[in-house]
Amino acid sequence: MKKPDRALRDIHTADDAGGNGIHPLACLLVTILYILAVMSFQKYNMAGLAGMALYILILCIWYDISILDMLRHIWPAFLLTAMIGIANPIFDSTVSAGTLSMATLIVKGCLCAAAAYILIAQTGIRPLCSALRTLHFPKELIVVLLLMYRYLTALVREVKQMLTAYRLRTPGTKGLPFRTWGSFVGLLLLRSIDRAEEVYESMQLRGFQGDFLLSPGSYSPVWSAVYTVLWGIAIFALRFFPVFQMAEVLLWRILK
Amino acid sequence: MHMADALLSPAVAGTMYLGSAAAAGYSIRKLRSEKEEQKIPVMGVMGAFVFAAQMINFSIPGTGSSGHMCGSMMLAAVLGPEAGFLTMISVLLVQCLLFADGGLLALGANIWNMAFYGCFVGGMVIWKRMTRNGMTRRTIAAASVLGCVLTLQLGAFSVVLETLASGITELPFGVFLAAMQPIHLAIGVVEGLITSAVLLFLYGTRPELLWNGTETGEGKSRLSRRGTLAVLAGMAVAIGGLLSLFASADPDGLEWSVERTAGMAEIQPEGGVYALADRIRAAASLLPDYTWKGGKAAGGTSVSGIVGGIAVACVCMAVCFLLRRFRRKPGDQKNNEET
Repeated sequence: MKKPDRALRDIHTADDAGGNGIHPLACLLVTILYILAVMSFQKYNMAGLAGMALYILILCIWYDISILDMLRHIWPAFLLTAMIGIANPIFDSTVSAGTLSMATLIVKGCLCAAAAYILIAQTGIRPLCSALRTLHFPKELIVVLLLMYRYLTALVREVKQMLTAYRLRTPGTKGLPFRTWGSFVGLLLLRSIDRAEEVYESMQLRGFQGDFLLSPGSYSPVWSAVYTVLWGIAIFALRFFPVFQMAEVLLWRILK
Repeated sequence: MHMADALLSPAVAGTMYLGSAAAAGYSIRKLRSEKEEQKIPVMGVMGAFVFAAQMINFSIPGTGSSGHMCGSMMLAAVLGPEAGFLTMISVLLVQCLLFADGGLLALGANIWNMAFYGCFVGGMVIWKRMTRNGMTRRTIAAASVLGCVLTLQLGAFSVVLETLASGITELPFGVFLAAMQPIHLAIGVVEGLITSAVLLFLYGTRPELLWNGTETGEGKSRLSRRGTLAVLAGMAVAIGGLLSLFASADPDGLEWSVERTAGMAEIQPEGGVYALADRIRAAASLLPDYTWKGGKAAGGTSVSGIVGGIAVACVCMAVCFLLRRFRRKPGDQKNNEET
């Protein structure tokens, strides 16, 4: 039951997002720039990488994003990078170097996943699709994406109900046994296809021409430009200059 | 098999995006030429179906463990390879954005590893070829299992190549490959069985829903088979060339990985378990007097910025909290108007 519940919770997070006054394209570009910067760090540069966490921290505070929810969300990225990096202490030149490279890999994975989470929490799916259209993303893909997103909740709930009903009929079983694989998923598939046909007919009746009208939402062009430029400079500085060391020197000078 | 952003270098991620974009461009062109607009809502709902079906755990007979389906082979068998591929892109995009399964910049690689092989190799090559003389229960089951096994093996092999080309892991090529392929062989068999069970159910109830590999009248491809092969070969050469270009320019590339794998005196994969155990012992004995790789500088850099980092973080957080107090919340204006 955990998987459907988690999926529904994450979908609702995206539903509640948006309305931050920044153009979704600006949010998307800054996120891509940030992820590129994080990915480009060398595998032993933990000090530089730690500085990139400032972006996540500031946006979490600014947009009231729960850090606990975010950590729960990025858990799969943590697990995956840990699994890949676990061999580094054995195969790197020394255990310490391998441990450092493993830690760097895990932090990189978590920061990138957190950036994607914040992007969705900032913008929401529809404004993000509007930003993708601005970038000339094909309309077919956008329509499929939006339709899929619209029916995700309904189908996940349906699976949850089917699983509950099955468990109530067969208490004590773990997972679906082999003999019911085809009929269980097949029935869901048939219902989904029938639903898709009904959806298409009703869309046609309402004048669907193969495209959705998308709006980026209300936003301030000035704030969007300021947001992009400021974050661009900050990410560039964090990536290429030892900002923390410079701040430390400045701090000691002030204290003296 | 979803790759995170951290497992790829920007050059490899970009190259994989190019490859996936080329396949997506071909699929969109094919879909437009077929003029089957009614397929688009079906694609959307099928994407949601694949996502929802991934929530179901299937118990694997005789093992006590469970697995779940991936869906690209099933999408190809129901919608056809091109529409299936585009639907899988949407599934992967939603998984990446909403559920942190795979990274935003690793999306190109994930599309290639899961959607391209599943839909084009599994659907266009295996499913189409095995069912062209008519579908039977046997051909459907065989095509499903063979398609899932083969496409997962190809996907796992690509993950190994992409990770090593990015210089992310210290695992030698052979060890990494030996770790990835057998696991995905087992997963492929299970997924193949699930896919065949569902497709057989569909064949028994509504066989007209299965894609039989024939083109519709208007939907004949503008490219001949030879032309398609030429485009695919050209793409392979272009992608390979780009990848090697980036790898040679960047020490974290494929060249680096191969040189590192073959040239390290300490790693002796030929020695098997004994060499590995010897290496672990040697590394562990170095622990008391270790130095950070790259000399003292790396360790020094790691430590010297801590105080500065904490100071910067505190200032940023304080500014954020202060600014947030002055920020107008969406509900505030409404409340003021009401009062």
